[in-house]
Amino acid sequence: MTSVWEVFRQERKGQAFEHAGSVVAPDIAFAEAYAHEQYGRRGESVALWVVPRDAIHELDDFPDELGRNYHRVDGYSLKVKLKEARERAGTATP
Amino acid sequence: MDEQGFLEYVQSGGQVETDDWMPDEYRQKLIKFIEMHANSELMGVLPEREWILRAPTLQRKLALTAKVQDEVGHAQLIYRVVEDLGKPREQCLADLISGTSKFHNVFHYPTRTWGDVGVIAWLVDAAAIISQKALLKCSYAPYARIMKKICWEESFHILHGRDVILTLMLGTDGQRELVQEALNRWWAPLMMFHGNPIPAENDPVVQWRIKTQGNEEARQQFLDGYVPQIWELGLTVPDPKLRRREDGVWEYTEPDWDELRSVVTGHGPMTAERLEFRRVTREETAWVRSVVLAEAA
Repeated sequence: MTSVWEVFRQERKGQAFEHAGSVVAPDIAFAEAYAHEQYGRRGESVALWVVPRDAIHELDDFPDELGRNYHRVDGYSLKVKLKEARERAGTATP
Repeated sequence: MDEQGFLEYVQSGGQVETDDWMPDEYRQKLIKFIEMHANSELMGVLPEREWILRAPTLQRKLALTAKVQDEVGHAQLIYRVVEDLGKPREQCLADLISGTSKFHNVFHYPTRTWGDVGVIAWLVDAAAIISQKALLKCSYAPYARIMKKICWEESFHILHGRDVILTLMLGTDGQRELVQEALNRWWAPLMMFHGNPIPAENDPVVQWRIKTQGNEEARQQFLDGYVPQIWELGLTVPDPKLRRREDGVWEYTEPDWDELRSVVTGHGPMTAERLEFRRVTREETAWVRSVVLAEAA
């Protein structure tokens, strides 16, 4: 039996690992060898993560029933207030 | 989401992942298109493989071997994408060998001389990279992502091809003639490579945003990029009608679309021989697959 392994690659030390693709292999030894050949042959990666697909749990539902916009940048509209504050202080540019 | 909503989503640049809902027609179109791409990578190594032992220097043998390894690697990556869409790799390979599925027209022709090897690596790969760059924004995201790596590796192949051609052009008259003859042989298949000029609005593959440019647009881009590079070496393009109009559009002799149809439906000069080679090697390597699977079990 073969299974799917997802491969993530790091381009330079310190950078985030990015999803590169997947390989099919009968076990981890083959999965590592295939990932090595497919994603590390030309010096394009300094490290790889090889992960069984089943081990990945995806979450993609982010409801915001309470409208908690104070968690987000769009919760703070400073533009209008700043304009008013400048006018009040007499520093507004015409 | 319904089919119309999906169509609007992808047409406005939206991307789809493997587990997302998609219309059946979209899935079938994707499988057919991507499978043909994978088949082409796999069959595309055969014309070049024939020249590994005959390449003129050790450096050239190694470079050609590396290119062959790259292309087989591309086939593996692309078949992976097809598998995740629901068609097993074993089935893809069986359909390829039986002639049920297709591969690109240029890989149905013979490689007669070392000049052909140079022209393939330079101009066939150049034509291919134009098609593949138009897949970087493919609506099916897993395919678009691996295309980044593939385009990056193809750029090495064009370098290798240009180097082969430049070396020959700096050689003897006989060597320059070798290149000109190879160009004469490959020009017609190259002009057919991007397909007949079906308008983008009638091309379902463009409508689903699987590819993002029409056939004629790709061919014009190829002519614009590479005809000047051919001319500057003192080579002649074997088409008396070829010229760039004032408005930048290239005119050329209409390719023989019947030949294209006949070649890609399995009647090219090398189709039968190359498929037979695939069938035999598949049989000969069956024991490797069974040993690997048995040991891992």
